[in-house]
Amino acid sequence: MPSEAVGGGRGGKAGREERMVPRAEFRSYYGRPVLKKPRWKAPHMPGYLYLGGLSGAASTMGALADATGRRRLALTGKLTAVAAAAAGSGLLVAELGRPERFLHMLRVFKPTSPMSVGSWVLAAHGGLTGASAASAVTGIAPWLGRAAGAASAVTGPVLATYTGVLIADTAVPAWHEAYRHLPLLFAGSALASAGSAGMIGTPRGEAGPARRMALLGAGLELTVAGALERGAGMREEAELVSEPYRTGRASALLKSGRWLTAAGAAATLSAGRSRTAAVAAGVALTGGALCTRFGVFYAGIASAEDPKYTVVPQRARLTAS
Amino acid sequence: MENSLYGPLANVAEDAGYTDPPARAGFFTDTSVCIGCKACEVACKEWNAIPDDGFALTGMSYDNTGALGASTWRHVAFIEQTAPREVGDSAGSTRWLMASDVCKHCTHAACLDVCPTGALFRTEFSTVVVQQDICNGCAYCVSACPYGVIDRREDDGRAWKCTMCYDRLGDGMEPACAKACPTDSIQYGPLDELRARAQERLGDLHREGVAEARLYGEDENDGVGGTGALFLLLDEPEAYGLPPDPVVTTRDLPAMWKWAGGAALALAGGVAASFLGRR
Repeated sequence: MPSEAVGGGRGGKAGREERMVPRAEFRSYYGRPVLKKPRWKAPHMPGYLYLGGLSGAASTMGALADATGRRRLALTGKLTAVAAAAAGSGLLVAELGRPERFLHMLRVFKPTSPMSVGSWVLAAHGGLTGASAASAVTGIAPWLGRAAGAASAVTGPVLATYTGVLIADTAVPAWHEAYRHLPLLFAGSALASAGSAGMIGTPRGEAGPARRMALLGAGLELTVAGALERGAGMREEAELVSEPYRTGRASALLKSGRWLTAAGAAATLSAGRSRTAAVAAGVALTGGALCTRFGVFYAGIASAEDPKYTVVPQRARLTAS
Repeated sequence: MENSLYGPLANVAEDAGYTDPPARAGFFTDTSVCIGCKACEVACKEWNAIPDDGFALTGMSYDNTGALGASTWRHVAFIEQTAPREVGDSAGSTRWLMASDVCKHCTHAACLDVCPTGALFRTEFSTVVVQQDICNGCAYCVSACPYGVIDRREDDGRAWKCTMCYDRLGDGMEPACAKACPTDSIQYGPLDELRARAQERLGDLHREGVAEARLYGEDENDGVGGTGALFLLLDEPEAYGLPPDPVVTTRDLPAMWKWAGGAALALAGGVAASFLGRR
């Protein structure tokens, strides 16, 4: 084998972490990446992943609070849902190379494009949460507002989880191979985020459901993030493909996220008795959810930048067949 | 339609909705006769009026282009190898591998599948082209391509890649790169003919003792349903910077939507369960 084309562990800064996985022997073109580095950037993309989740779970919380007569929790849910949907849409538009063409997203409906599906869901969800929040604040057309709120409990869970498909439907190995994990991870994270908003924005007496959402969400987020970091449930070269989640910036973010989420969950247990604990829990869980999204984002970037994540699993597949 | 996302397709353009389309157009790049002159890179830039992408030297070889990109639609790779080639040749001798890379115009093109605006489309020649007046620069195609071909031009904001000279094909002309290639390393024509010619050339090389010769992209049972741009390589694909066994990401899209649907139900169920208590 000619030596100049053999890659494996080049690139200085990754060197320290590579003890975890035996040095993968593989060939490449002067160590250059096979894939293009994603053009998506921080904070736009991971910020949108967070805000979409927050909005989706908050609208569902708002609708159920409405139905069960929890007026303050309903208002918190509805306002959070519309604000997060608006801010998330803003980030998406700012991320485009041609922002003035954002309406081209609604030229066609393409089921093969998660971004097309997501654009339509976001548009519908934004309209519904806007109508629902406007009605709740102004008192105009309460029945229409409630109907819009109820409908946003359907678009909400889709908006919060489709983003897992959005980034998994790429050639980036760490994202693609995680297509079973990402929607569930984002669902858990979204539950925790909306629960946090509910705890912070609602008097303790009405915030019981928000506390339970926060606990459920934190549990799901911690479980799935743990599986993702270990590569549990990935089919091909799981240890190597999941490596970007355990190294570098992604690892630091996911570790911080784990601590924040665990601390937030612990504080949530006292949130029913103390306003301070409720706010602290909400802030910690929100920080945890943000760290999770940024961690997943940077793992994908690292996965695309090093050719070993592309070449080694594919070569192993060919050798096995 | 059967195999619209993955697997062999008898007629790519018909699958995309054309009635009675012309024969599928393709490239056959025979790297065994490439001399690394880069006439293809230059002709492509000239015909398509592509801006420069910097005048930096890579310092690694005669390849100062580096990779395909938004402003590089043909890229000549240059690889210097030293290895024993004959009995008794223990010190080894040097060989140069040169290969002109290009967009693969996949049977199942991930860039096209994920494009949310419809800017990327399948032409009647079964090639894949970006409509520049539609593209809004979302960059989904950039992350979807398993070959790292398409990219966004940052000062322009839109995604660009090889069109197989769509504007020339309509007039019955061959693409600029194939026209300019002095050794016919780049051949253009109906894909069926090119496939036959590639097999013939592969047989010739094997008979001459070039055992390492292999075809790349000709297998319609591969991960992208075969490519519209075939290659004859003299080493493993990864030595040229090509993925050894790429798979179109949308093969798994139905499974992805199922997992997301399950997660959405779990989220809704989680919220509902949280409202069961009285407080």
